[in-house]
Amino acid sequence: MLDTIRKFEVPEGVDLELRLAGPIIRINAWLIDFIIRSTIQVAAYFILIWLGTIGWGLILLTIFIVEWFYPVLFELYQGATPGKKILNLYVCHDDGTPVNWQSSMLRNLLRVADFLPFAYALGLLSMFINRDFKRLGDLAAGTVVVYRDNKNSEINVPSAEPIPLPLPLTITEQRSILDFAERNEFLSIPRQQELSNILTPLTGKQNDASVKELHKYANWLLKGQ
Amino acid sequence: MKQIQFEQRYQSFWQEFEYLVNDLEKNKKKQASSLQERYKLPKQYRKICNHFAIAKQRHYSPVLTQRLHNLVLKGHELIYRNKTVWLWRVFEFVSSSFPNLVRRHYKAFWLAAALFYVPAITMGVVCFNNSEIIYSVMDPISVAGMEYMYDPENRKLGREEDRQADTDIMMFGYYIFNNISVGFRTFASGIILGIGSLFFLIYNGLIIGGVSGYLTQLGFIETFWSFVSGHGSFELTAIVICGMAGLLIAKPIFSPGNLRRLDALKHIGKDCIQLVMGAALMLVIAAFIEAFWSPSSFISSNIKYYIAAILWAIVIVYLMFAGRGPRAS
Repeated sequence: MLDTIRKFEVPEGVDLELRLAGPIIRINAWLIDFIIRSTIQVAAYFILIWLGTIGWGLILLTIFIVEWFYPVLFELYQGATPGKKILNLYVCHDDGTPVNWQSSMLRNLLRVADFLPFAYALGLLSMFINRDFKRLGDLAAGTVVVYRDNKNSEINVPSAEPIPLPLPLTITEQRSILDFAERNEFLSIPRQQELSNILTPLTGKQNDASVKELHKYANWLLKGQ
Repeated sequence: MKQIQFEQRYQSFWQEFEYLVNDLEKNKKKQASSLQERYKLPKQYRKICNHFAIAKQRHYSPVLTQRLHNLVLKGHELIYRNKTVWLWRVFEFVSSSFPNLVRRHYKAFWLAAALFYVPAITMGVVCFNNSEIIYSVMDPISVAGMEYMYDPENRKLGREEDRQADTDIMMFGYYIFNNISVGFRTFASGIILGIGSLFFLIYNGLIIGGVSGYLTQLGFIETFWSFVSGHGSFELTAIVICGMAGLLIAKPIFSPGNLRRLDALKHIGKDCIQLVMGAALMLVIAAFIEAFWSPSSFISSNIKYYIAAILWAIVIVYLMFAGRGPRAS
């Protein structure tokens, strides 16, 4: 299954989409978090050790809090641990709402079970046999880890003189032409020509001229005459 | 309507909505929007949903649809998040929902209690009569350590007269670190068919019962029982509740009831995590008692036994009666 987009309907009647994060990027996020957590714990050790016996009590408290509550605090505060935030991921419920303390605590306490028998083997297994990449903690808490789509791209169809379509096209076909024009910055010129040559029967043109022709159609679809 | 006209008509509205949403995502102190602007959010959100639906239905360009999708998603997160005054929530949780949850799942509670206390009492009686049996669950070095710690001859290791306040704090940190971690593990390992919780309940029962029986048989009654009786009320009950939550979270796999197994798991998961957090709070109280009250040597054993009886009574009365009444959910 290649599709990793999950749809859910909001009460207002529109479908929203969440892009699920797979195991590899989640392992990377975990590694970043692991480094941060360890740094905090080691730093706490070297600072608090100067306080003698009391320091030891505080060191153990710090280790306890960081070990169990680090992910929870960050998930409640900003939806993601620093590692996830850096990689543009966040945690939410299956229905797209932000995590609350119960689900965050639950998914993070159950890390213990996901870790078994070693190195998160059970959690990984669960992620592989589950279509939403959920580890045990996610299954019980009803949460998913998804990508945050922050880029706010401007609509950037190269402007050209609008030309009506030579044939009536279905709405999906029209959309493909728009999509092609909008992606002009992300596709290399040879690739654009290659793609547009598929439509030579429609445009009657080749290579560069064909690309330009498609841009004109796109402009017509956007603006009309 | 062509896409360009649609965009031109609503561009400024979308920008206004985006500004508001980004503003509301910030910390309260950094927010710049006025109250009147904020009150507009639900209305604006519904309008954005409408625009998104139109854009999708008319197959406007993917970038525009995506942009509207992201705006709807952000609005959805803001509108449907649940934020309340957390201090009030904690109060309500402690005074009502936690004891109510324990009572609602009373069968699991008694099962967990049996899994813990039956091995504990059995092992206690057995070790009291035959001190050799203790070595079947503990290694000789640990047994020697225990024996040394509670020997009235050498009241050492935190139980001596000149024990300092800083030692108390160190032990407090240790009890929090160790006991709550044990509680969390007892719960979490339950998701694997309940095996983990079963194991931890029985194992802890055997050890605690064994040590009690063994030390009583040695005659260290005053040093041992006056130390453990106080915090035992909160600590043992909390461990039983953690085990109970672990058994509950395994239940959907065996008997999901009228739901799909995954849905049953999600359903019971909410109750379980609240039980565990309640138990964690009890363990914090236990750690306080264990670090600052139980070891103090200038309080006579008799007073400690009285207080222990009161603490047990508090735990039992709290779990049996707190949060009953018309407002109980």
